[in-house]
Amino acid sequence: MSVSRYHCQLRQSAAERRAETHPLTWRLREDGAVVGLDEYLDKDGYAAAREVLDHQSSDDVIATMKEANVRGRGGAGFSAGMKWSLTMKGEGIPRGYLVCNADEMEPGTFKDRLLLEQLPHLLIEGMIIGGYANHSRFGYIFLRGEYVEAARALTRAIEEARAAGWLGNDIAGSGYDFDIALHTGAGRYICGEETALISSLEGNRANPRAKPPFPGQSGAWGKPTVVNNVETFCNAPAVMRHGAAWYQALSGELSNDGGTKLYGVSGKVAKPGLWELPIGTRGSELLERAGGMRDGRALKTWLPGGGSTGFLLPEHLDEALDFDTIGKLGSRMGTGLLTVINEDQSVLSLVRNLEQFFARESCGWCTPCRDGLPWTVKILQSLERGEGERGDLEMLDKLGSDLGPGKTFCAHAPGAAMPLQSALKYFRDEFERGVAHPPSNAHADPIPVGAV
Amino acid sequence: MTETARQIASDGEGFTLADEDRHAIAHERDHYEQPQAACIEALKIVQRRHGWVPDAAIPAIAEVLGIGPASVEGVATFYSLIFRQPVGRHVILVCDSSSCFLNDYDELLEALSARLGIGLGQTTEDGRFTLLPVCCLGACDRGPALMVDDDTYGPVAPDDVADLLEGYA
Repeated sequence: MSVSRYHCQLRQSAAERRAETHPLTWRLREDGAVVGLDEYLDKDGYAAAREVLDHQSSDDVIATMKEANVRGRGGAGFSAGMKWSLTMKGEGIPRGYLVCNADEMEPGTFKDRLLLEQLPHLLIEGMIIGGYANHSRFGYIFLRGEYVEAARALTRAIEEARAAGWLGNDIAGSGYDFDIALHTGAGRYICGEETALISSLEGNRANPRAKPPFPGQSGAWGKPTVVNNVETFCNAPAVMRHGAAWYQALSGELSNDGGTKLYGVSGKVAKPGLWELPIGTRGSELLERAGGMRDGRALKTWLPGGGSTGFLLPEHLDEALDFDTIGKLGSRMGTGLLTVINEDQSVLSLVRNLEQFFARESCGWCTPCRDGLPWTVKILQSLERGEGERGDLEMLDKLGSDLGPGKTFCAHAPGAAMPLQSALKYFRDEFERGVAHPPSNAHADPIPVGAV
Repeated sequence: MTETARQIASDGEGFTLADEDRHAIAHERDHYEQPQAACIEALKIVQRRHGWVPDAAIPAIAEVLGIGPASVEGVATFYSLIFRQPVGRHVILVCDSSSCFLNDYDELLEALSARLGIGLGQTTEDGRFTLLPVCCLGACDRGPALMVDDDTYGPVAPDDVADLLEGYA
């Protein structure tokens, strides 16, 4: 059979990856197989957890994470240390939950899969450190149901860790109790939204919840709950092992943010893939690593980090890929995995595809999202057929703004508005070409109100 | 396991909750702070046996969990991987998100539909395949991608479809 099974693979050789420069991936095997407990221990595994449990307080861990400024790798970029410092803890407050968001479904994103499938113990170690810092009693890994290989790797790793005393009661003789359960989802993108994820974990429809109270105050089953992305947790062991200053220095002059990032490229490039690079690496370097554009076609536009980020232009490739820089350009770094579109491809059609995705995946809880997204799709479809009407572009502008931040219950619709608004800004002519009638002829003979 | 072989009609007629499943659901229930939390897993348990979740399963699950049937129904209708209609022996999930879309998803879907004689959301007459769309499969570096049951493939060219499906009887 000519078609092969999918296997996630980093595009960096072992020679390029070192513990001092590639905290997330240096332990990965060249053959792409899972790193088991013995190999993980041989590669300095659980050394950070041991150090933390033996010599540091919860406050120490949080202070180091804050200083390192590990920003949320799920896409929002909120400081993990800051989040952990806001968790309710102390005497009289029940120990709650630490939840790993492994519900990777952002269009164009395939980074957490790598860590889950090949380095499950790194995640477990990161969660032990996070659990200790947040006084959590129990951890859940919320994994999307389709990640079957990751589920196998995690199930095995959790058992290995438990048997070796790294999970359960009195971890490694420290007196700290913490265990992890794997929870597999049953579909729906919205489960990746922090509060919707908690609803789903509780066995309900994955509707988001109002904040405040924030999950750190009242999350799963009313207890303090901390939700972080896979890659965020996977940064914690190296930060605790080598310190905040070392972590900050990893990105050198490239960015004010510290550390590395799992970057990726997909779309119309010659060699799509995944790389661990200092945060702040330029899009141009990523494109180069991806072998440049496929078939010699020119780059038209790109999405910096998933379907819920805004389009950028070729000239933006020279900007640092970090949260603040990309934010200032009116987009978001999001997950940091680039989607690349060439000159032959229609931005209008891609936006229609994205909005169809967001419309289908809306949980339906609040009206702007539930009704506004299908309406957007309808207009885009008619423009795509060349049957758009006068006023359609203005309506799309209005929908984009009405679906924006602060107008809806959660970030789902604002995420959908981002590619829409940026496409209208940079590629308005493509939308205009979809309007069938010149403005002077449109609705020349409208039906009078009340006449039908 | 005779119960595994239990057949139910396509309208769910004849469904009863197998004892083994009842125990498995009760076991899940006792693992969480509240019984509602076991709801999704309970639906998956029923689906593993029958391939889908018939209407009659809803009150049966509700009874084991000690919650109202509406609470189970609301969850059962929300999640895309809980099937409320009979599906084929093999379920094909085709990724229709941006990267696959940019890499000839339309052509792949056309080839699948032509080969199977069905569209998205449908099941072949012989009950072998059901074709469904799915959110970004996280295989964007090898798009267009799809899953058949637990197996992920990519990139899948239209010409690969016949060979690929041959492996699933």
